[in-house]
Amino acid sequence: MVGLEHYLVVAATLFVIGIFGIFLNRKNVIVILMSIELMLLAVNINLVAFSSFLGDLVGQVFTMFVLTVAAAEAAIGLAILVCFFRNRGTIDVEDINVMKG
Amino acid sequence: MISADISIVLPEIALAIFAFGALMFGVYTGKDRTAPLLIWLTAGFMVALAFWLGVGATGNREAFGGMFVNDAFARFAKVMILLSAAAVLVMGQDYMQRRDMLRFEFPVLVSLSVIGMMIMVSAGDLMALYMGLELQSLALYVLASIRRDHAKSTEAGLKYFMLGALSSGLLLYGASLTYGFAGTTVFSGIITTLQAGDMSLGLLFGLVFLLTGLAFKVSAVPFHMWTPDVYEGAPTPVTAVFATAPKIAAMALLARLAHDAFGPAVGDWTQILAVLAVLSMFLGSIAAIGQRDIKRLMAYSSIAHMGYALVGLAAGTAGGVQAMLVYMAIYVTMNVGAFAFILAMERDGRPVTDIRSLNMYSRHEPLKALALLVLMFSLAGVPPTVGFFGKLYVLRAAVEADMTWLAIAGVIASVIGAYYYLRIVYFMYFGEEGETLDRRMPPVQWGLLMASAAVMIVGVVNLFGIDPLAAVAAQTLVR
Repeated sequence: MVGLEHYLVVAATLFVIGIFGIFLNRKNVIVILMSIELMLLAVNINLVAFSSFLGDLVGQVFTMFVLTVAAAEAAIGLAILVCFFRNRGTIDVEDINVMKG
Repeated sequence: MISADISIVLPEIALAIFAFGALMFGVYTGKDRTAPLLIWLTAGFMVALAFWLGVGATGNREAFGGMFVNDAFARFAKVMILLSAAAVLVMGQDYMQRRDMLRFEFPVLVSLSVIGMMIMVSAGDLMALYMGLELQSLALYVLASIRRDHAKSTEAGLKYFMLGALSSGLLLYGASLTYGFAGTTVFSGIITTLQAGDMSLGLLFGLVFLLTGLAFKVSAVPFHMWTPDVYEGAPTPVTAVFATAPKIAAMALLARLAHDAFGPAVGDWTQILAVLAVLSMFLGSIAAIGQRDIKRLMAYSSIAHMGYALVGLAAGTAGGVQAMLVYMAIYVTMNVGAFAFILAMERDGRPVTDIRSLNMYSRHEPLKALALLVLMFSLAGVPPTVGFFGKLYVLRAAVEADMTWLAIAGVIASVIGAYYYLRIVYFMYFGEEGETLDRRMPPVQWGLLMASAAVMIVGVVNLFGIDPLAAVAAQTLVR
């Protein structure tokens, strides 16, 4: 029997993988974009699981909004990345270092 | 029913239609040649909207089943947001035009992000909160990298995007947990659940994630890493945008979420906010000491100032919210003036951001140096200026809420922070003789610098009457 907690555990795992993907990744900015996407999808699993568990549609409506915003976010992220690549000729995470902070 | 709802969100709809219209006008006519006109039109429209919101509506009205709230608190924040965005828009025009980076998208993107901010401060539901926040953030990511042929600007945009998206993810995870454990996304529903029983662990986690996401947006320590780099890398007019309106919106949203949705759990979130406030005040004050770049310095200064505003919120009372609103109003006025000056810092037509370039500035430009001196004293919180009263308000709110330790920490941090503001004054008045800055300053920037400095002196009389307005705004939020 698959209950609410199973979905929540899967979502939490994906979310944590997403966060670690952002911080531990030393290679490529595209991987960071994928990690962000993973985080948002983990949230969607959460929302749909809660929505089904509560018998309330709001969670699924929220999911549609999140999906739409995630698409817009990915588009903007890739656009900025393309500009960055044109200027620097690289998208390695270690090369994002003109400013030290 | 629906027409009543729409009449409540009419200011936002008007601004959205204006933004689309401006975009179409720019695309189909002169492209970037229309930019100066669009900047002035947008600023004028924003001021008109601020006037409409400030004078027109009264009372507490809700639209779309409580998703959108138009109360005195939202109106106070919206007027601040609109006025500061308009001021920042017009003062950046000359700078961008002479460096050939003025694009007609600039005013359009600023108005889109302002719509997002207006929705944020009016949000009465987690969905409205998220959509407003994302509309604001997506427009700001593009603004940061508006100089797309410039390595620093695109890097700033990329850094801001990555950390901004991470913070949205954290906030969203918190929203999903809150929805699951409260059973609803409407703030009034969440507050009913909290009043009915104890705070469940799931809701507590939701609250922590939501606060973390918002702490990124107000750049509170330990979620501040992006601020100095983005401030330094983005073109100066865009940095001025970052330093003003989004900070008000995020802080107002934090207040609304804390009081409107999690009001009964006041003991839980005041602890979190107090820790964020102490860390922000100290890191902002200490890390700025080594900075030579005035934009990075302003970044750390804004981190410290957000710490003080959080002190007001951490008090968890109506007086605290009132102090936070007054503090933000003062902070924004000071920053508009300071950035008006930074925009005009140049040598042989090239922008300079090193603070040592201000050497003996007072000898060549006594009036401007005096205005900057007043602003720096006000930022540091030296008594005869308005900045001192802002700090006094938040610290008093903390003392009244039995958080004397927080007030003492604030005083210590402000003494440390005074060092780097006063060092700028030192360079201007007692520095060594060196190469000087150009004397040129466009009239708009000159006017805003002088007006802001004058406000810092004249405002001590009665703070221009914003104090009672902030009190009314705070009372609608804290019940």
